[in-house]
Amino acid sequence: MKPEELLYAKTHEWVAIEETDGGKTATIGISAYAVESLTDLVFIELPKQGRTVAALESFCEVESVKAVSDIYSPVAGEVTEVNTPLADALEWLSDDPYGAGWIAKVKITDDAPLAGLLDYDAYQKMCAEEA
Amino acid sequence: MASTAQSVDLLRTPLADWHAAHGGRLVDFAGWAMPVQYGSIVEEHVATRTGVGLFDVSHMGRLAVRGSQAGPFLDHVLTRRVTALKPGQIRYSLVCNSAGGMLDDVLAGRVGVDSAEGPAFALVVNASNREKLNTWFAEEAQHFQVSLDDQTLATAMIAVQGPRAVAMVAQLADTDVAALRYYSGCEARVAGVPCAVSRTGYTGEDGFELTCPAQEATALWQALCAAGGVACGLAARDTLRLEAGMPLYGHELSEQLNPLDAGLRFAVDLCDSGGQPRSFVGGDALRSADSSGPQRLRVGLAIEGKRPPREQYRVLTAGRACGVVTSGTHSPTLGKPIAMAYVEPPYATEGTSLTVDIRGTETPATVVPLPFYRRS
Repeated sequence: MKPEELLYAKTHEWVAIEETDGGKTATIGISAYAVESLTDLVFIELPKQGRTVAALESFCEVESVKAVSDIYSPVAGEVTEVNTPLADALEWLSDDPYGAGWIAKVKITDDAPLAGLLDYDAYQKMCAEEA
Repeated sequence: MASTAQSVDLLRTPLADWHAAHGGRLVDFAGWAMPVQYGSIVEEHVATRTGVGLFDVSHMGRLAVRGSQAGPFLDHVLTRRVTALKPGQIRYSLVCNSAGGMLDDVLAGRVGVDSAEGPAFALVVNASNREKLNTWFAEEAQHFQVSLDDQTLATAMIAVQGPRAVAMVAQLADTDVAALRYYSGCEARVAGVPCAVSRTGYTGEDGFELTCPAQEATALWQALCAAGGVACGLAARDTLRLEAGMPLYGHELSEQLNPLDAGLRFAVDLCDSGGQPRSFVGGDALRSADSSGPQRLRVGLAIEGKRPPREQYRVLTAGRACGVVTSGTHSPTLGKPIAMAYVEPPYATEGTSLTVDIRGTETPATVVPLPFYRRS
């Protein structure tokens, strides 16, 4: 996926929205900026398939050498698919954060939280201000 | 994510500008803007285990203790006798309060050249405890002929650590620093910069800690980089010391704990050279604690799986809390999670199977001997 075409949460997750049989499904990952900031990732606790998540709820945890960090679902819905091989291939998060490093897919049940997401340019601007 | 250090109130070491210009991520550590890492913590860790790591430890407190009663004063405030030290010798010691609680852990060294009044000593204390100790020592010093001089801001301190550190510094020095024994020091010029050189460290590797005038710190640091040293941040320093089983104040050590619980009996001289009970601050409390036995013990834990435990996570036996994790990380050398914890004495025996509550998941853990890593 091209980072320019994705949406971003202020907490550094990316979202790709697909139209699927009458609904929307979000593919979720974490941005290259987030991976670089975290550094030295050693463990990921992936979301459970089938669970429901509220927007901005923590649904995944990553451990770096230094600390544990929450990953928040940018959308509300049901986790329909999880990238389980990622647990044993954490290097995908840094090597291919917008591709092989995807974390989970969520079938969206509420469109409202999508309005709070940033486009690529706005997200880049936010990262530049944080750095 | 760690907050970046932007407050104007933070103290800056003489090397802070160098760190910022070389990708150092500066964070607030004990009131100082310190580099937590430059890039990968693991790469910095491995550089120190296999080559030479450089650490700016200028935030550590450096106190000069002089005067005709400098030795007796230190014997009074330290858990260890230092009056018998020969010039250049250094000892690890605790500073305790009268209840035996640890105010700090320090290095105390007798400097090579006596002052006009007699032997002079140098203390290196934790950054987080420097002001507390300055106040404590000033109070305790009232009945001694002693002068205390906090030289922290006028000097810088650089740790040079790793299997190639001794040869590297020796090549830059005008004195045979490679001949120094572990836990001893001397004066030397390193890369032309006048330094107090001590063969000490906090990584589990051989190496030196160099103290020099603040205004010459950058020249010294650059010479060490040019000679092959890799700049390392506080995060790597933490994983290195944890693998080496070394306690860190504020984690394994606090005023609520005594040195015997912490497994630091070797740094407590309960008796004088004649075998009689020695008088020092906290001595009576520690003798009493010694005879009643420990209430908890510091242990190493090997953790099953990949997920590192962190400070404050509970240690359990049969579902009941029997201890608490004080430090935990992923060990870059061992490639698995490790931790230090305090547990009730019955569960401190090597090989004991326990669990750690890692964010709601009871994860199997085994009590293992410290250190986790010992250099070959």
